[in-house]
Amino acid sequence: MYGRRTLWLLAPAVLALATVIGYPLVETVRLSFTDTQLIGGGGGWIGAANFGSALGSDEFWSALLITVVFVVITVVVEMVLGLLVALLLDLPLRGRGFVRGLMIVPWALPTVINAMMWRVIYNPEFGALDALLQQTGIIGQYQSWLGEPDVALYAVAAADIWKTVPLVALILLAALQGVPRELHQAASIDGAGPMQRFWAVTLPAILVPLSIVVVLRVIEAVKVFDIIWVMTRGGPLNATRSLAILVYQQAFSFHHSGYGAALSLLSVALSLLLIAGYVIGLRRQASAA
Amino acid sequence: MKRGTVAAYVALLLVTVVTIAPLLWLVIMSISSTNDLTTLPLRWLPAQLDLSRFGRLLSVAANSQGANFLHALRNTLIVAAGTTALSFALAIPAAWVFSRHTGRSSALLYVIVATYMLPPILFVVPMYRILSSLGLLNTTLALILTDTTIVLPFATWLIKGGIDAIPMELEEAAAIDGAKLWRTLLTVTLPLARPIIGTALLLAVLLVWDEFLYALLFTSNDQAQTLTVAIANLATGRITDYGLLAAAGILAAAPPVLIGLSLQRTLVAGLTGGAVKG
Repeated sequence: MYGRRTLWLLAPAVLALATVIGYPLVETVRLSFTDTQLIGGGGGWIGAANFGSALGSDEFWSALLITVVFVVITVVVEMVLGLLVALLLDLPLRGRGFVRGLMIVPWALPTVINAMMWRVIYNPEFGALDALLQQTGIIGQYQSWLGEPDVALYAVAAADIWKTVPLVALILLAALQGVPRELHQAASIDGAGPMQRFWAVTLPAILVPLSIVVVLRVIEAVKVFDIIWVMTRGGPLNATRSLAILVYQQAFSFHHSGYGAALSLLSVALSLLLIAGYVIGLRRQASAA
Repeated sequence: MKRGTVAAYVALLLVTVVTIAPLLWLVIMSISSTNDLTTLPLRWLPAQLDLSRFGRLLSVAANSQGANFLHALRNTLIVAAGTTALSFALAIPAAWVFSRHTGRSSALLYVIVATYMLPPILFVVPMYRILSSLGLLNTTLALILTDTTIVLPFATWLIKGGIDAIPMELEEAAAIDGAKLWRTLLTVTLPLARPIIGTALLLAVLLVWDEFLYALLFTSNDQAQTLTVAIANLATGRITDYGLLAAAGILAAAPPVLIGLSLQRTLVAGLTGGAVKG
């Protein structure tokens, strides 16, 4: 019913996005082929040299590995625990309404505050985690969590998991509640046990929302910056230096902006690769089934 | 009770305890004396209540921790108000077009949604250079402009879904009665879209309240620093009063947590609405 004339209502939004997103995006691509410094200096065209030195550097591959490990651990654990909690809250239990409301709190807690909270809990001198583990006899002596290169990344991942499992659980719970009860009853009558019902009825019915949550979580996890910055600043010994932290260090601490731009493009490539791999995997499974 | 039911209640209790424990500890730290927090073995309950930190954080005395905290709170509020005002003024008309011109505009809608998925770190280098050349570094205006990149795509997508549910026939009826387009939109469409716009507004405030990277990079002091940066600075600085840190965290987290709780019902429906449609 509306003519082309009304399309003009789009113009302000499109113009704004072109200015604040489109232009910086094009600029990032251009800068990645230059030796631009953050302020003044440089700016000459150097071809693909930034990409060459990134791919030839240890720091890039180490940051890539750290990012991939973080993505895989957090997304897998968040999906498994989130699904278990959702299944639990789908049972007719007393008090589940309260728990469902409680799940909102970690989700709504700003990431920086979550990171600060866990940083204090992990504190090796007066932290609550060491106190709890020692007083219950699980550990003999206080441990360093964020100060230990082999442990720090997992400690940060655990803080991320604590905050995100509730969100995943709430989304999957809503999906579970959309599964018709008749399907479960029909399966029971046919003699299917709880496990069989889960694999044959529940999982296929929530597969679409589940895969969307996985994609969204992967996108978020590849971006990871805030929680690492506040908990470890990429340390100790660069053990938690993700790609986003590396871009920050190069572009803003060392003022190598052109190089930083190239690194940020490489990290987007990673997120596209991970998602493409996941989608292809899903397709293959769907066609095999 | 059957064995399975007992196991389910044990699991439910475990989920509750794991969720509450860190939050409860944050609250306890904020009201314990520094002494109680730095004795070994650690005291789990304070010997006496110490509420002084909340008073210190909310005091306006010059150069105090309170002044710093309150400036950050003011900046966060300014950025949240500015970003949502700017984003929604642009997003509402755009969302209406995307809803009413499905064929012609849907490709553009996907482009806009896709930008929401790009990592902010991709934009920060050019943004810094542009803001610097415009003299906008360390201003709340800079954060309003950059946070719009996060809120505008998100708001457009959410509001479009809300307008989809409003029958076009209502707009047609108003048009037949001779109302001009802008009148129809203001008197028919906008009032009906109010619930979804309200929800989107609250979620947008949560996004801005949470934002850290732009605020870290584009601000340098009290003049424009937001709460997330102030708290990150406290947490990574040389502070030894963990109770003060906890109190600042609780004050800064209260508004988003209250918003989250108030949204509980619409939130779950909204989060899955998009997801289930797939």
